[in-house]
Amino acid sequence: MSDAAEDWPDQIYDLLKEHGIRQVALVPDAGHSRLIKRCLADNDIKVVTLTTEEEGIGMLFGAWLGGEKGVLLMQSSGVGNCINMLSVPIAHRTPLPMIVTMRGDYGEFNPFQVPMGNATQTVLEAMGTLVKRADAPEDVAPTVNATLRMAFNTYRPTATLIGQRVIGAKTFGK
Amino acid sequence: MTTMRTGPTGKLLRRDVVAALLADRGGLLAIGGLGAPAWDITAAGDVPENLPLWGGMGGAAMMGLGLALAQPLRPVAVITGDGEMLMGIGSLATIAVQEPRNLSIVVLDNEHYGETGMQETATRHGVDLVAMARGAGIGDCRLVRTAEEVTALREALHAGAGPLFATVKIDEAPVPLVLPPREASILQARMREAILGQAAHLQ
Repeated sequence: MSDAAEDWPDQIYDLLKEHGIRQVALVPDAGHSRLIKRCLADNDIKVVTLTTEEEGIGMLFGAWLGGEKGVLLMQSSGVGNCINMLSVPIAHRTPLPMIVTMRGDYGEFNPFQVPMGNATQTVLEAMGTLVKRADAPEDVAPTVNATLRMAFNTYRPTATLIGQRVIGAKTFGK
Repeated sequence: MTTMRTGPTGKLLRRDVVAALLADRGGLLAIGGLGAPAWDITAAGDVPENLPLWGGMGGAAMMGLGLALAQPLRPVAVITGDGEMLMGIGSLATIAVQEPRNLSIVVLDNEHYGETGMQETATRHGVDLVAMARGAGIGDCRLVRTAEEVTALREALHAGAGPLFATVKIDEAPVPLVLPPREASILQARMREAILGQAAHLQ
């Protein structure tokens, strides 16, 4: 048995493979670093590092036009950059799963992370996205699996928010 | 050979440019950026291989990247405007790093925001999109002003030697609206079916 506390990024990677994900768009976050390494090491996955997160919404729409499944990885602050672009998958009915690592959520140190972290779920839902949270390591894989399934089975943007209790708060040594 | 006329400014007419670029298009897939370029590709023929955008300003080039990566054997052309490209200018860096051989980005540059009252864009004030694309690292970057250069660009869209970026300086006079379907799920589904066949609907 794998230890979810340690292995949840690997479990996400396994789910990406199981669901046939071919394009991974991302702006890096420390919480996703292990998953990003796994994707970069996989020749069947095209990893695209974005300059801003809404690029990923456009890119995954294009991927679906061409018959490839993708996923967008980002930090909660990046959700704020995506808001208007979410009109694209909503209007076209495009499957668009997002896996979001939370900041400004639980034990946050940096004041600038709190406003967007506190608003992440609300603004995603305001833009028609189905949002599920995982606040324990063992909940990450089933929640990501549900997010992928709901996106590709029901044709809409979906998101898993991985809480800061799972990732651990960045403390800057304090 | 399509006709290539110029307008009162002496610059090329946008509809003639787009008709020439999409002539004898074979398997070429086209994404039309929000606003006039979406109407332009529709005027050239409202076909399933066109994805005219009713929104998503700033996203057209990245949509082209996702499509080009998914369909590496088919030429993909993003045809968009200067205002739309400026909003997503960082995507040129993202695209340059990926080096998609089959992706071309063509900016129809009238130096104005056409849909909102013809306010000037940054290109009116000397901002050089070709230089920005070159600076991002896109290998083939062109400024197009003549019929001959449009013909050469049309050939390049099919050559698979991209990524390619072109700014086409066009006349700013408004042209009649030619609207595509507004139900975007139809636009998505018809392009997917054109690429993937009936299997598109069972993926």
